[in-house]
Amino acid sequence: MTEGKVVKGIQFVNFRDAGDPIKMAQFYDKEGADELVFLDITATVENRDILVKVVEETAKKVSIPFSVGGGIRTVEDMRMILKAGADKVSVNTGAFKNPRLISQCAQTFGNQCVVLSLDAKKVKNNRWNVFINGGRTDTEVSAISWAKQAVKLGAGEILLTSIDTDGMKKGFNIELTKAVTKVVNVPVIASGGAGKLEDFYEIFSKGKADAALAASLFHFKELTIKKVKNYLKNRNIPVRLV
Amino acid sequence: MIVIIDYGLGNLGSVKNTLDKLGVDSVILSSKDKIEAGSGLILPGVGSANQGMKNLRKTGLDKMIINEIKIGKPFLGICLGMQLLFSKSEEGNVRCLNIIEGRVKKFNSQLKVPQIGWNKVKTTEDKQRLFKKIPDNSSFYFVNSYYCVPKDKSIIVGESEYGVNFCSILVKKNITATQFHPEKSGSIGLQLIKNWLRARLSS
Repeated sequence: MTEGKVVKGIQFVNFRDAGDPIKMAQFYDKEGADELVFLDITATVENRDILVKVVEETAKKVSIPFSVGGGIRTVEDMRMILKAGADKVSVNTGAFKNPRLISQCAQTFGNQCVVLSLDAKKVKNNRWNVFINGGRTDTEVSAISWAKQAVKLGAGEILLTSIDTDGMKKGFNIELTKAVTKVVNVPVIASGGAGKLEDFYEIFSKGKADAALAASLFHFKELTIKKVKNYLKNRNIPVRLV
Repeated sequence: MIVIIDYGLGNLGSVKNTLDKLGVDSVILSSKDKIEAGSGLILPGVGSANQGMKNLRKTGLDKMIINEIKIGKPFLGICLGMQLLFSKSEEGNVRCLNIIEGRVKKFNSQLKVPQIGWNKVKTTEDKQRLFKKIPDNSSFYFVNSYYCVPKDKSIIVGESEYGVNFCSILVKKNITATQFHPEKSGSIGLQLIKNWLRARLSS
């Protein structure tokens, strides 16, 4: 989201308008989504009020869990979003710069509502670095070690986005996801790259993801959630059908 | 008027939003005098058992809940609000309200703890038509590291599996309690709350 609208980019740039977040949230709730994720990609102080409003309105309308992230720097930022009705809050740049943010939030609100949002990009073979500031800054820190450290600090879940595959619709990043799920014992949500039904099957079977996130595909109605779930069910991946 | 009990822990808003959606009058309250005026009580909860008990004792809400349940007020406990009804929790080794005999144990499995996500509920018995219009093995949303082990197995009306089979919903007289979050479980969850309201409050 940016300035209260849903947008979707390709490899974190070239954002395209996708609609009204509250209406879309309601639509996905009915469609059978298991969880909603809102990420405020511009997340400036001015936009904070818009975000809180969107969260409040969404909380009134949907009945599935949803997590919200973007620009979270302090425990108070997180409290504001939770109070507005989010079930979980994701931290990214703010937590990387100040890892204590994770432990403080986990102690205050419980591990289950602290999600580490990790944007990773391949820098060489079997090496992915953490990128912050909306994917613009290479931290030169390994994504695998940051994932491990964040979980140790209290992150209850990891939203793992592969910048390389984001918006490309050529499949999730199986290698990266597998490498992260292997070293942490919290749920990992794979994000970035879903383009066809098989991609969902592969990220669960080969990537060992606990959940998969897709945006463009659903926003632009190329696939429906129902279709994806039926496909997975027929291949013995446990799904919730509504 | 349904009273949602505020004892300083999270997730009150989503229960209130759910009742609003169903068009049911409700209010979030923390003062024990006013709570007694409710026609039904909901004890929600995300948080730790020791913090939860500490907050309940500090405000005197513990005695009030025990009393309200004793006089037969319809009561719904959700997640931690279910666990606190038991005798004792392994979480911080804390003594709880002791309204239901039994213990709260930690998942001891190779699976990821806390359990965060959707899981199936296998219904064993439909006391009070709680599962009307809800197919058996429907999925509900869970967030828990601990689970309840009631001594009296006959109060269990639904079970789920997460490394072990555990009690995910129970009914004992005027008490209904769920380990999952019906307020976060989509349309099926709404239906369950609707069923509870109908069964408990229409009589």
